[in-house]
Amino acid sequence: MAALRAFRDFVGETGFRIDLLFQVVLRLHHIPRRRRWLMDQLYTSGVQNLHVILLVGLFIGMIFALQTGIELAKFGQQDQIGLIVATGIAREMGPFITGIILAATVGSALAAELGTMAVSDELAALETLSIDRTSLLVLPRVASLAIMCPMLTVVCDLISIMGGGFVAQAQLHVSWALYSDTAISALQMPSEMLGLPKDVYAGLFKSFVFGIIVAVISCASGLKVRGGALGVGSGTRQAVRDSIIAIIVANYFLTWFIYQT
Amino acid sequence: MDSNDTIISFEDVHKSFGSQHILRGLSFEVKRGTTLGLMGGSGTGKSVALRHIIGLLKQDSGSVQVDGNEMATITTKELHDLRLRMGYVFQSGALINWLTVAENLALPLQENSDLDAEEIERRVREKLEMVYIPDAGEKFPSEISGGMKKRVALARALITDPEIILYDEPNAGLDPQISASINKLIRELSDKLGMTGLLVEHRIGCLKVIADEVIFMYEGQALVHEPVGTFFKPTHPRLAAFLGGAEE
Repeated sequence: MAALRAFRDFVGETGFRIDLLFQVVLRLHHIPRRRRWLMDQLYTSGVQNLHVILLVGLFIGMIFALQTGIELAKFGQQDQIGLIVATGIAREMGPFITGIILAATVGSALAAELGTMAVSDELAALETLSIDRTSLLVLPRVASLAIMCPMLTVVCDLISIMGGGFVAQAQLHVSWALYSDTAISALQMPSEMLGLPKDVYAGLFKSFVFGIIVAVISCASGLKVRGGALGVGSGTRQAVRDSIIAIIVANYFLTWFIYQT
Repeated sequence: MDSNDTIISFEDVHKSFGSQHILRGLSFEVKRGTTLGLMGGSGTGKSVALRHIIGLLKQDSGSVQVDGNEMATITTKELHDLRLRMGYVFQSGALINWLTVAENLALPLQENSDLDAEEIERRVREKLEMVYIPDAGEKFPSEISGGMKKRVALARALITDPEIILYDEPNAGLDPQISASINKLIRELSDKLGMTGLLVEHRIGCLKVIADEVIFMYEGQALVHEPVGTFFKPTHPRLAAFLGGAEE
């Protein structure tokens, strides 16, 4: 019975989130009217997380290069480190790490903000004033993360690849020129379908989807909060947990879809 | 205006939350242009009743009618339009914390009307003057006192010039002096603007100032419904016992 109840709750939550995304899509034409809140959210989700992305991205690139380089060196193939780091970061690590960071920092904040509004009757007040809360509160947040996640992913990719280059030069004795040449040419490989660098656009498309996932799940969790401070805490935890799980699951399916062709 | 005209009616309304049966056949009417007070112990369903009127809750059975609209079957568009003719003052004020006082008042007009910025600003100023806080516009809710928050909440509820106004414990958390000033303000505005009001309140003093009639709610039903003059000279034993312990 408990398992059935949990499954029913999961279906209900998923349905609410999908409906919320649908409601946001129906209101995309409201964005010009919401530009003030959109700019606020772009600053909060983007600029205020830049230092985290830079720091984490740098070390992820360094770790990735070090671990891969050690194994490549056993086969005398450490010259390929640029190719492997660049494609691995652009395809996978960059969007994934950026999505996870935004889930933890921005997603938790979104859920807490909206959850606090829920328990203090501010959401009910908006309803009584006939104000469309999806348009006012959710749309700017979803739009900002859909924009910022790819932008931050570009930053993460660049700093990670640079970090890999430091390690390649310092510890694997691969020159910066060789590393950067192999990295750049790896990222220039076009796809058959679009004629654009596949690894780059694949990573950016993933990060766009991850941004929407984090925003929708976090807003949905916040809007449904009940029960005071405990409820806000619970909603925030749920938002981060479910966002991370959804990113991981979506990542698999997106990767399969993009790279099977 | 015909003051015998019923604008709000509850007929045998039942509402449960899980296993808790809150409203158990609540029935009453509110005449246009009058203010009805709802009094009773905690958990008797007073705020729940109020939330049915503005459509935040839907009854499990029975009928809730507001100006001819059956709230259980009202369409989204009809509810949207009806809410623009109503105001709701929340117990905590429920001001949007990331907006200034002026922005809190302007928001309903910006979202629901074609008024230009100048006209909206004029109406915001007018309402702030009506509640005697003309200089509070640029402040955030966190920067003003509890009494001022209630005044701002009242001003926001009045911003669309509503015909019906609902108050959920407007004196909660206020000291007697500020409470008296809020009560006087509410009475003054009700008389001046000719609104219909429904007020949830524990304090006898507040009801005596604001309400024309009062209902005593007990276990989810309206046990006593009297004009304010006779309500506080109770003959019903349960009401007499309740008033014996109620706050002035």
